[in-house]
Amino acid sequence: MQDITENISAQQRMIDLYKSNFKLIKGAEPQTITMLREKAVEIVRDQGFPDLTTENWRYTDIDPLLRSPYDFNFTNQSRPFDIEQIFTCDVYDLDTFSVTLLNGWFVYKNAPLTTLKNGTIIGSLSKALEVYPELVSKYLGTIAPMEKPGLTALNTMFFQDGLFIYVPEEVIVDKPIQIINIVNSENPLMLHPRHLIIQEPKSKLTLVHCDHSLTHNISFTNSVSEVFLAKESNLDYYKIQNKGHNSAVINGSFFSQMSASNLTSSALTLNGGFTKNIIYSLLNEPACIATHNGLYLVDSNQHVDNQLEVDHAAPECTSEQLYKGILDDEATAVFNGKIMVRRDAQKTLAYQNNKNILLTDDAKANAQPQLEIYADDVKCSHGATVGQLDPEAMFYLRSRGLNERSARQMLMYAFAAEVVRRISIQPLRERIDHMVEKRLKGELSICDQCVLHCNSKEPTVFNIDVSKL
Amino acid sequence: MLTIKNLKVSIQGKTILKDFNLEVKSGEVHAIMGPNGTGKSTLAAVIAGRDLFDVDEGTITYMGQDLLEMEPEIRAREGIFLGFQYPVEIPGVSMANFLRTAINEKRKYLGLEPLTGAEFLKLMEDRKKLVDIQSKLTNRSVNEGFSGGEKKKNEIFQMAMIEPRLAILDETDSGLDIDALKVVANGVNKLRSPENSTIVITHYQRLLDYIIPDFVHVLYDGRIVKSGGKELAIELEEKGYEWIRKEAGVQEAF
Repeated sequence: MQDITENISAQQRMIDLYKSNFKLIKGAEPQTITMLREKAVEIVRDQGFPDLTTENWRYTDIDPLLRSPYDFNFTNQSRPFDIEQIFTCDVYDLDTFSVTLLNGWFVYKNAPLTTLKNGTIIGSLSKALEVYPELVSKYLGTIAPMEKPGLTALNTMFFQDGLFIYVPEEVIVDKPIQIINIVNSENPLMLHPRHLIIQEPKSKLTLVHCDHSLTHNISFTNSVSEVFLAKESNLDYYKIQNKGHNSAVINGSFFSQMSASNLTSSALTLNGGFTKNIIYSLLNEPACIATHNGLYLVDSNQHVDNQLEVDHAAPECTSEQLYKGILDDEATAVFNGKIMVRRDAQKTLAYQNNKNILLTDDAKANAQPQLEIYADDVKCSHGATVGQLDPEAMFYLRSRGLNERSARQMLMYAFAAEVVRRISIQPLRERIDHMVEKRLKGELSICDQCVLHCNSKEPTVFNIDVSKL
Repeated sequence: MLTIKNLKVSIQGKTILKDFNLEVKSGEVHAIMGPNGTGKSTLAAVIAGRDLFDVDEGTITYMGQDLLEMEPEIRAREGIFLGFQYPVEIPGVSMANFLRTAINEKRKYLGLEPLTGAEFLKLMEDRKKLVDIQSKLTNRSVNEGFSGGEKKKNEIFQMAMIEPRLAILDETDSGLDIDALKVVANGVNKLRSPENSTIVITHYQRLLDYIIPDFVHVLYDGRIVKSGGKELAIELEEKGYEWIRKEAGVQEAF
């Protein structure tokens, strides 16, 4: 009983918080978005939040996270400034158009929305709601299902800002766009960033999405990304998570693909505290390709949950899911991979593979492949393994003079390499490769990218007052 | 260099080698022949330190030390090399990275400075020529996507890089065409010196046309039943193993 009352109170607390900050949240947004929020409030009120009895949430308990008290930043506390003063991304040679979110709010030097020469618009979603209300309303909330168990409705209630990208027809964005999500707060913080990416026909985009925490303080990020790929468009999407142990992330990415579009997503969780990635990939029209790659390296008591659903709603589409993980100490991982093939989706090719290596007896991996097939002319396969390092390979390396530790590291690295080498941007691949190597040697920390080096000698308690920069 | 006395080895209670004796001196090449399933590969694995097997009796002394007390990597650093019958593929790990780690761990153990990048590359170029291996193999991941012949050549290349004192080649000739066989044999012959020794394990006499052994031993039913010079290999090729079986007075058929 106690759990239920607590849960209700978490719901009610969120709704009350929404109501008392309604004006701040709403801002100058179009009416359609406000209506969407109201619907989200109803869903939260009626359905509540997922618990351990909810399908796809059985191994990931968010109840303690929802019960904790958090600060919410309803107003943008960042002022235009140069993010490089506190953070530099050390992917050398990676020539990107880089944007930053600080505590969920878009950070900018010059203007909140930038239009590139080729017509691509990049910037703050909050500003886009003001400047392009019709464009945003047409797409926002249409692919992320609020009714399905999860926190999408909660994000819809509270979101205020995030990344907005619009790529016009036939435009090839040659530089990758990099978005750096930074959480930096003295008090426990909950944030709800919302990202919207719209690609018109035959456009091409590479997006690198990095999650970092600058402090070891507690945070709970509940982000939702909606991505729309029109006919023959192409997206290479990377999600890199290197966060502190005290951070929790629920990250929903929802992709909608039209005919012959090509999507590659890569979720690389190098360190995450508590992470749940939810990916929903809808293949609306024929001849789409969707490739979803994932790698998670977790230790201590970290928890990572990858929940994927590829929905084949049209014929002749191809999809692949490859998720691999290495778990040390008492870390736990969940893989929930679903392939849905609807009745009309003939000639579907759909593959799924999840492989886990457990380095200790206390680490746990739960793999739950699900196939739901309603068409008869399809090729689908799935495989899941949970195991240890191959003793024959270990002996091979040791017989060449490598000690047990080096041999283990090398084999783990080789295991991860299958995912890493699918990264098509060379400098990024090299950097991730290096990070994976460091991670496996126990040398990677979340402070690697931070120029403040707060963690090197001084205690971690510090505060960046962005307004003073 | 290597003295094996009264060795008895089993796996899960099943005896594979028994009453096995062998003496290998510096500069010698020994060939161990025998039908399948008589314990040849087990012998190689036990010398290299595979923990799958139980050594129930006997001793192995290497350079005056108790070999059975050493971890596999220590044996390797002390100069023992096993050329695998089935080399393992390690995707994502480059040959260069793998060999440099192996060589530098050995050098560290021996109290030597690690090789610099330039020194290592020079050594690699030098040894590539020695064993006639193409550059493309060394640019790839360890054994990944290699053909059977390429894997075996790669074992010999690794041997040339690591410079062992005692090399054990486990069926290195199996699955090789005559050209690859010559490459493998050439590599072994070029690396032969009065200081190092080789144990060639083979099923067929063919390889011994190219690597001339000082001694040939026939392993049968877990022990050496006949030893001789290189002419024993030729005799075996002509008469087959049946003759040995009869001579040894072994009862069960194989």
